[in-house]
Amino acid sequence: MKNLLEVKNLKVYYYIREGVVKAVDQVSFSIKKGETVGLVGESGSGKSTLGLSILKLVPSPGRIAGGELFFDGKDLAKLDNKQMRKLRGRWISMVFQDPMTSLNPLMRVGDHLTETIKAHEKVTHKQAEEKALSLLDNVGISSERFRDYPHQFSGGMRQRVGIALAIALNPNLVIADEFTSSLDVIVQSQILNLMKKLKKSHNVGMILISHDISLVSEIADKIALMYAGQIFEFAETNAFFEEHLHPYSEGLLSSVPNIKLSDQNLSYIPGMPPDLIHPLKGCRFYPRCSYATKICREKEPPLAEIKTGHLVKCFRYD
Amino acid sequence: MIASKYSVSRLIASKLKGLSPTRGAEYFAIIGFLIISSIILMAILAPLIAPYNPIKKTGELLESPNHKFILGTDGLGRDILSRIIYGARIAICVTFLAISFSLSCGVLLGLLSGYIGGKLDSIFSLVMDAVYSFPGLILAIVLAAMLGPGIVNTAIAIAVIYTPTYFRIVRGLVLSLKESLFVEAARAIGAKDRTILFRYISPNVLSSVPIVLSLNAADAVLTLAALSFLGLGLPAPTPDWGFDLKAGHAYLASRIWWPSTFPGLMIVLLTLGFSLFGEGISEMLNPELGR
Repeated sequence: MKNLLEVKNLKVYYYIREGVVKAVDQVSFSIKKGETVGLVGESGSGKSTLGLSILKLVPSPGRIAGGELFFDGKDLAKLDNKQMRKLRGRWISMVFQDPMTSLNPLMRVGDHLTETIKAHEKVTHKQAEEKALSLLDNVGISSERFRDYPHQFSGGMRQRVGIALAIALNPNLVIADEFTSSLDVIVQSQILNLMKKLKKSHNVGMILISHDISLVSEIADKIALMYAGQIFEFAETNAFFEEHLHPYSEGLLSSVPNIKLSDQNLSYIPGMPPDLIHPLKGCRFYPRCSYATKICREKEPPLAEIKTGHLVKCFRYD
Repeated sequence: MIASKYSVSRLIASKLKGLSPTRGAEYFAIIGFLIISSIILMAILAPLIAPYNPIKKTGELLESPNHKFILGTDGLGRDILSRIIYGARIAICVTFLAISFSLSCGVLLGLLSGYIGGKLDSIFSLVMDAVYSFPGLILAIVLAAMLGPGIVNTAIAIAVIYTPTYFRIVRGLVLSLKESLFVEAARAIGAKDRTILFRYISPNVLSSVPIVLSLNAADAVLTLAALSFLGLGLPAPTPDWGFDLKAGHAYLASRIWWPSTFPGLMIVLLTLGFSLFGEGISEMLNPELGR
């Protein structure tokens, strides 16, 4: 099948006074049509930056410093601002982390949707409104709330509106950045179910950015694990949970509490994530890795396919 | 921080609807509002309520207040009450013109400057800061002298002083709103710059302008009076409080107080009205002062 999105050796750097922060460094992966990839990593691992760079919305002083982005075969680097703007929302759209602040407080919920539809499609106001109503219905919001303002909505409902906005123009790819982080667990599961439903009904590709690996695994077909601006492991979700090959994945999963074992000591990965201004010469994880050897310090391991569809960035499997 | 400003208009509406003041601030706002509206009413109805023609000699020179001329006559035998009533027209007219000039220029430039940023922003900010650094009245005097007398010219001279105030407030808010999530979200669904600026940013900025507006209006009344007092306001026979104050001021030494006192009182009253209204509203809307 053709790849919907192909990211090749992408580098996104932030140019600050102290130096160059290599927030995303040499990242490559691809997504097929209708496929959901969970992009997981700790804070500061570059996952949000990666998400924004796909829309070419990396905030200044950040810049895409190298690599290629292909969406549906088109090279995104070749599109100018106007073409990019038309692509955003229509082909690739985004759901944001904080539903409390991602809607314009002085704009009615319905207007958010109708204006977005009208900005991209040649429809009358009436048609746009009808479509907006059916979208709201799709995400479980009754038509009576159409003329309400965002502050009259709860967090979960606002996130539903955010999702309705993201799917308003039937995009092929939705990037959801920590889309459940600010919601409580019950609302989280509702939103997750909604996403599952939409995934099926719209056949939309998704990138779910999250630090919550168990949540993402509920819906993602594949998991991409990021650390220090690089993808360390990339595999089918089931394969990843059956056999996580990277030492970092191992450490990460063993630090998830198990509800069945009451008095276990929660393990954690010692040390701190590396400084991204002066990244280490070798593997970026070696100071925290219990399997580290001499070669890890000197050479950077490649992201190699260990098994079919299972990529790992580690020398252990050479 | 921004959340407190969202519902300014609703708050004002609900406060004014209730009209049962419970705090000092609310009395301030209501009294201020009453003063302003009665002076505006006076200006509108001037031809109906003024007893005499304000620019014609209708009595003896310098008659003290009596039953025929309630506030007396000035040095040219004109009825002071009528001149005060007609003077309200000039005061209100120039104040509102000046405020709307400075408001529209300041807000528009502030929006563009903050949103576009870069070189344009540096240039606008530099110019505005330069204007702001002048003592207001001195600048107004220079401009009024350069532009010459007349309602519009005087209004422009006054407007220039207040433009930077709006510019600064709006630019600052735009700079912070530009980075806010809902603007980023709008960008991520492909909204045009024009849409972002006028549908997303400006409504959130404008709600903080009215308070400044009222306080600036108070200041503008005083500036106009000062310009007229110095003879830089409107051409001679026009009834104008500042000018009449100056004209009457010459007779004070001879204990003829009425030609200067009444125009002066009107200036104080209108200034007070705007200040009370502005202060009252801003205090009512400030959540930190508590209920």
